[in-house]
Amino acid sequence: MSDVMNIEKAMSVQLETDRPEWLSKWQQAGLEQFQQTPWPTRKTENWKYTPLKSLTGIDWTLAEDSVKPETAGVVFEDWDAVRLDIVNGQLSNSPELPEGVSLLRLSECDASDAEAFTQSLDQQRNAFLFDAVNQALLRDGYWLKVEAGAQVEKAIHLNYIGTGKEVVASSQVLLDIADSASLTVVETFSTDKDAQLLNNANTAIRLGDNAELTHYHLLLEEGDIHHIGRVSAELQRHARLKSFHMGVGGVVKRKDVHVRHRGEGAELSLNGVYLPKGREIIDYHTCIEHEVPHCTSEEIFRGIIDGSAKAVFNGRIHIHKDAQKSLAEMNNRNLLMSDSAEIDTKPELEIYADDVKCAHGATIARLDDTQLFYFQARGVSRAEAEVMLSFGFINELLDALADEPVQNLLRPLLATIFAQKKADLARHLL
Amino acid sequence: MLSISDLHAKVDEKSILKGLSIDVKPGEVHAIMGPNGAGKSTLGNVLAGRDGYEVTGGKVEFHGEPLLELDAEERARKGLFLAFQYPVEIPGVSNMEFLKASVDAVREANGQELYSSVDFIKLAREKCKAVNLPADFLKRGVNEGFSGGEKKRNELLQMMLLEPSLCILDETDSGLDIDALQVVADGVNALRSPDRSFIVVTHYQRLLDYIVPDYVHVLADGKIVKSGGKELALELEKDGYRGIAGEKA
Repeated sequence: MSDVMNIEKAMSVQLETDRPEWLSKWQQAGLEQFQQTPWPTRKTENWKYTPLKSLTGIDWTLAEDSVKPETAGVVFEDWDAVRLDIVNGQLSNSPELPEGVSLLRLSECDASDAEAFTQSLDQQRNAFLFDAVNQALLRDGYWLKVEAGAQVEKAIHLNYIGTGKEVVASSQVLLDIADSASLTVVETFSTDKDAQLLNNANTAIRLGDNAELTHYHLLLEEGDIHHIGRVSAELQRHARLKSFHMGVGGVVKRKDVHVRHRGEGAELSLNGVYLPKGREIIDYHTCIEHEVPHCTSEEIFRGIIDGSAKAVFNGRIHIHKDAQKSLAEMNNRNLLMSDSAEIDTKPELEIYADDVKCAHGATIARLDDTQLFYFQARGVSRAEAEVMLSFGFINELLDALADEPVQNLLRPLLATIFAQKKADLARHLL
Repeated sequence: MLSISDLHAKVDEKSILKGLSIDVKPGEVHAIMGPNGAGKSTLGNVLAGRDGYEVTGGKVEFHGEPLLELDAEERARKGLFLAFQYPVEIPGVSNMEFLKASVDAVREANGQELYSSVDFIKLAREKCKAVNLPADFLKRGVNEGFSGGEKKRNELLQMMLLEPSLCILDETDSGLDIDALQVVADGVNALRSPDRSFIVVTHYQRLLDYIVPDYVHVLADGKIVKSGGKELALELEKDGYRGIAGEKA
C-alpha cells in the first residue's frame, strides 16, 4: 500500500475521455505537478496539524458523467435565487441566468477563451498540491461572468452535490465580476448520505474596479467526506468582497482562502465558522495580501470544537512594502467543549510598510461560567444553557449576514449540531 | 418562606459569611444594608447557588425545604429570583429566546401550561411597556449594549415574567440615576403581594425611600449586627455604618 494518495485510476478515466488537445495538455501539466510535489507529512509546515493519511490506501476514481445523486442538495425555500446544480463537479441543469450574467464552460471554450480562462486560473493557483489534483482531474470548469455595471438582484446558488464511492469530485468556478457590477453567490456543498468522496473544490474570484461580491462558501457535507480546496480572490480598485465561510462535518476539511488586494481602496470582509465534532478535522488557512495602499481587511473566524475533534486556523496578513495606509484586523476565537478537543491557531502578521494599522488576536476558552450561571439562575438547565451559549457564539456572525435566507438555512443547522441528539435542548433556538 | 440560620460561607478560602441568620415571611420586604466587604453580594450568590461560593455551616430553608442541596436552576424553578448587580451580556442569544427558555423551564417544572410563541411575544411586549423598555430590546442580544438602567429594567422584566415568590435584589440601585431608580422601584412595588417576599440588598438608604421595607438589617463582617424597622435605615444614614457596628462591638 502506497503512503501517498493514489489517483492513477482516476487519471486513466480522465485520459480516456475525448477532449480538446489544449485541455488534455493542461491536465497533463496538472498531473505532472502532482507527481513532482512531495506528499504532505507532519513535517510539511503547511499541513503540520492536518494529517492526510485517510486519503491514502484508496483507489480514487472519477464518477460517471451523468450520474444522478439521491439528494437534491441544499434547497432554499422562499428565495428566488438561480440554482445551478453541480454534481461531482459538473453542471447538471441549465436555468435561465439573470440579465448581465453569462456562463462559459471550460470544455466548450474556443482557443482564445481557453487561454484566458486557464491563464486567470493559473494566476491564482500556486504550489498548493490539491490545485494540481484539481487541474489534473477536472471534468469541466465554469466561468461565470457579470458584465460591467450590471447590478444583479437575483442571487446565484451554486449547489454542489457529491455522490459515489472512492470518487474525487474536482470543481472549478471562476466568478468574474466586471467593473461596477455586483452579485451575490452562495456556494453550498452537500452529498448523498452514503457517499465516500473527496470534494476538491476551487473557486476563483475576480473583482473589477468598484465591483462588489457577497459570497458564501458553505461546506456542509457530513459522513465519509474529505473536502480540500481553495477560494482565491483578486480585488481591483475600490472593489468590495464580503466572504462568509462555514465548515461542518466530514473526515477532513481544509480550505485555503487567499485574497489579494491589487487596486487601491479595495475592501474585504472575511468571516467564517468551523464546528468539528466527533473525530472530525477542519482546517482553514487564510492569507490576505495588501499589495497596494489604502485597502482594508476585516477578518473574524470562530470555532467550537467538540468531542475528540480538531480545528486548525492559520490566518496570515501580509502588508507589502508599498501598501501604506492599510487597515487590517483579524480575530480568531475558539471554544473547546471537551478535554480531548484540539485547536491549533496561528495568526501571522507580516508588515513591510510603516504607515499601517493592523491588529490581530486569537483566543481559546471554554464557555463562560458567568453566562452559564445567568441562564441557570433563570431556571434553564446547564445542558440547555451550553447549547444556547454555543449557538450564540456563532450566531453573532450569522446576525451580520446580508441575506436572510442564508441565515434561515444555517440557524437550524447550528442548533441541531449543538443539541446533537437531544432536540429539546434546541427548542428555544428553532 | 425563607429561613437562614447561622450561615457560614467562604469564597476562595476566605470566610465571608460568619453566622448569618434571617427569617423572611411571605409578603415581607427585608432590606440588608452594610458597608463594602460585609458580605452583601455573597449572600445573594450563596442563596442563588452560584459555583465558587462554599457553604461551610448553617442551613437555609426555602418554603420549608432545604435549599442548599439544590442546583441553581432548581432554586430558580422553585421561585427564587436573584436580580443581578451586574446583569450579564450574552451576544448572539436574543432576549426573547432567553426569556422564553427561562419562563418555559420554570413553568414546566411547576406543572404549568407553556405559553405558545405568539402568546409569549404578546406578554413579553406588554411587560416591556410596563418597565419602560422599547419592544425592540426583545430582539437584541441579552443585555448586549444595554445601559446600566436598561439592564436593571431587563432584570425587572424577567422578574415580572417569572413571577417568583422570593426576589433578591442585589444592589439594584448601583449605577442608576433617580429617574431609572424610580422606574425600577415602581416595578418592584407593583409586584409586592401577600405571598411574594423581597430581600433588598443595598449600600445606600436612597433605594429604601422608594421601596419601603418592613425590616432593615445591618450586615457587618459576615453577620447581622442590628435589626429593626424602616427607621433603622434613616439612623444609618445619619450615623454611618461605623456607629452601628461600633455600638454592637
